[in-house]
Amino acid sequence: MLALLVGVLSSTGVYLLLRRSVLKLVLGIIFLSNAVNLTIFIAAGLVQGKPVFVSEDAANPADMADPIPQALILTAIVISFGLVAFTLALKYKYFSLSDTDDLDELKELEE
Amino acid sequence: MKTIILQMALPYIRFILIFFSVITLFRGHNFPGGGFIGGLMASGAFIFQALAWDVNSSRKTLRTQPSVLIGSGLMMALLSAIPGILTGKPFLTGTWVKIPLFADHTLKLGTPLLFDIGVYFTVAGVVLMFIYTLMEEWQWK
Amino acid sequence: MIALPVLIPLFTAILLVFSNQARYQKIIGVSGAFAIFATSLFIISNVGGKQIEVLQSSNWEAPFGISLVVDTFSALMLVITGFVSFALAVYSLFYIDEKLITHRYFLFFHTLLMGVNGAFITGDVFNLYVWFEVMLMSSFVLITLGSKPLQLKGGIKYLTMNLVASLFFLAGIGILYGKTGTLNMAHLAVILQNDEQAILMNTSTMLFFMAFGIKAAVFPFFFWLPSSYHTPPVAVTAFFAALLTKVGVYAMIRVFTLFFIQDPQFWHTLLLAVAGLTMVVGGMAAASHYEIRRILSFHIISQIGYMIFGLGVFTPLALAGAIYFMIHNMLAKTNTFLVAGHINRLKGTYKLKSIGGLYKSYPLLGILFIIPAFALAGVPPLPGFFGKFFLIKAGFEAEKWFISGVAIFTGVLTLFSMIKIWNEAFFKKGLEEVPEQGLRERLPLRELLPSMMLGAGTILLGIGAGVFFDYFIEAGNQLMNSDQYIQVVLKNFEYVAN
Repeated sequence: MLALLVGVLSSTGVYLLLRRSVLKLVLGIIFLSNAVNLTIFIAAGLVQGKPVFVSEDAANPADMADPIPQALILTAIVISFGLVAFTLALKYKYFSLSDTDDLDELKELEE
Repeated sequence: MKTIILQMALPYIRFILIFFSVITLFRGHNFPGGGFIGGLMASGAFIFQALAWDVNSSRKTLRTQPSVLIGSGLMMALLSAIPGILTGKPFLTGTWVKIPLFADHTLKLGTPLLFDIGVYFTVAGVVLMFIYTLMEEWQWK
Repeated sequence: MIALPVLIPLFTAILLVFSNQARYQKIIGVSGAFAIFATSLFIISNVGGKQIEVLQSSNWEAPFGISLVVDTFSALMLVITGFVSFALAVYSLFYIDEKLITHRYFLFFHTLLMGVNGAFITGDVFNLYVWFEVMLMSSFVLITLGSKPLQLKGGIKYLTMNLVASLFFLAGIGILYGKTGTLNMAHLAVILQNDEQAILMNTSTMLFFMAFGIKAAVFPFFFWLPSSYHTPPVAVTAFFAALLTKVGVYAMIRVFTLFFIQDPQFWHTLLLAVAGLTMVVGGMAAASHYEIRRILSFHIISQIGYMIFGLGVFTPLALAGAIYFMIHNMLAKTNTFLVAGHINRLKGTYKLKSIGGLYKSYPLLGILFIIPAFALAGVPPLPGFFGKFFLIKAGFEAEKWFISGVAIFTGVLTLFSMIKIWNEAFFKKGLEEVPEQGLRERLPLRELLPSMMLGAGTILLGIGAGVFFDYFIEAGNQLMNSDQYIQVVLKNFEYVAN
């Protein structure tokens, strides 16, 4: 089920990336990075209903979820969050310079 | 977004958010919570103000530049690396000081806490910087 | 100790956050870069070409914590990064607008440097990803700093491509972790060496290869580089040319020598094929252009091909040659970009057609150009010759005749396009043109200083090739025999040997 979701997310992401509009590029980035995060999650093995944090006296590895993929995903989310914010700022700048959302319009600008 | 309800509720929301962000921050280490989430919550307080009034009033409440927050946060994180070096262990090694309080409660203070506070400030600063910049550019249009 | 190449730029960057004044920013920026250079020299004198230094950060033993590892290869890269970035910091003083400097140009300069150094010293795959991202974020800012329309366009292409690369990398890491349950490079090497199903890792290997391939701009993925590298200020381009693609190559060499060593038949053939195509396509494209920065950008690509070639041949000599070539390339390539910046300052353009007669009016600049240009083209006493010589010799020894022939052919192409710049810009008769407003008449000597430093470094590397080459051979040996690396990193960890 999740694997299917990854497939859908990443194909949508790629499609959006290939569009000319900058806003869709941002959306594509978000989709793709979420797809990859889910991939990590699945690849590292899903466990249901087990917390990462347990109290000190009950520390039995079988009762815990593997914390590393969660840490990896958290880091990846933070990074992609920064990237998206930066791309949005870039888009604003782009829009205020060219009054358009279309990447190809810029070709005329530079001549 | 300038509704009077939000404007009136703002002081309470801000207080609650900052208060709980600090609690989350100190709860960190061995339980869910920590600097990152705390920082996000704290920045939420100022974002609400920017939404309810405008960016300038939010900046005024913050009193400093977000970039100063980022700088000081990073500096704290860097400082937390140093005690480890001084005691001859690799850098970033956690060092703890236990201060006994009343009864059998002890206050544990250590470099991971300092690091986490650094994260708190950095995250709050980064988020606020993004939001302010984007909102201000919106207002130009 | 070995964490200092990361901590110093971080500290410098923090200091730079607090100030708005250009003067202050300049002083801190340059002295920070110098401090990094000095530390890297200290580190290489410690590592000394023999041992591997390791630091378990936070005192968590490998493979649980994040290890920082410096072997000879990393140490060499650190030194050269320090040297080039110091020269570039000085160069930026003269060639970056005051306005950009107050917009914290140096802050991002140092965070970029932090990412690069971090990537060189880390011993953990995910940590490598994080450093890549640190590097990328700063480079995004640098490439769009000043936000001219052209820069934005180049920046968006650059951002999208590199982002996709990082996502490939991240997915590769996820799958790798799912299979092996570890992220420490040495531990990965142990697990994958003793795993009979290691061939299943090819999915992950391919993802890694694509990610690093995009970053290093090898053959099928190179198109983003020339379309974005000519847009930012020339100091930034030189910085990127020197460091970013090389970090991709570094990562590729690291993973393919350390833990992706199963199924060598397939991977080394693929690497060689990619290397050959990269060399030829880059060389051809460089020969067909008439804009200095574009020519130089395509050159970067063709020379990345040589480094991958060294990796594909996979003998100690070939790896040593690849590392030597990489270092020579960082010096010489940066220098050619710097000279291109000088030419632009004098003539106001990068188009070869409208430049001419520079040698007559600025003989010193001519000499400064000819050192890196001939070094790149491979004229004997300069390092490019030795780099290519070692690589091709290794290629012949490994009986890879065809690819070695391709390498020689590309050498000729490079020579051709360098001579083209030389002829057009320096020897051609000066054009009768009305001097535009705001152009400089002459170059003060101090602005040429960084180019001189890099030129001196190039000559030293060439003349002292015999002396330095022990280091490179040692680095190649260390890469080929990963046992030492594994033992040093996993000192206290009981792993199953067989």
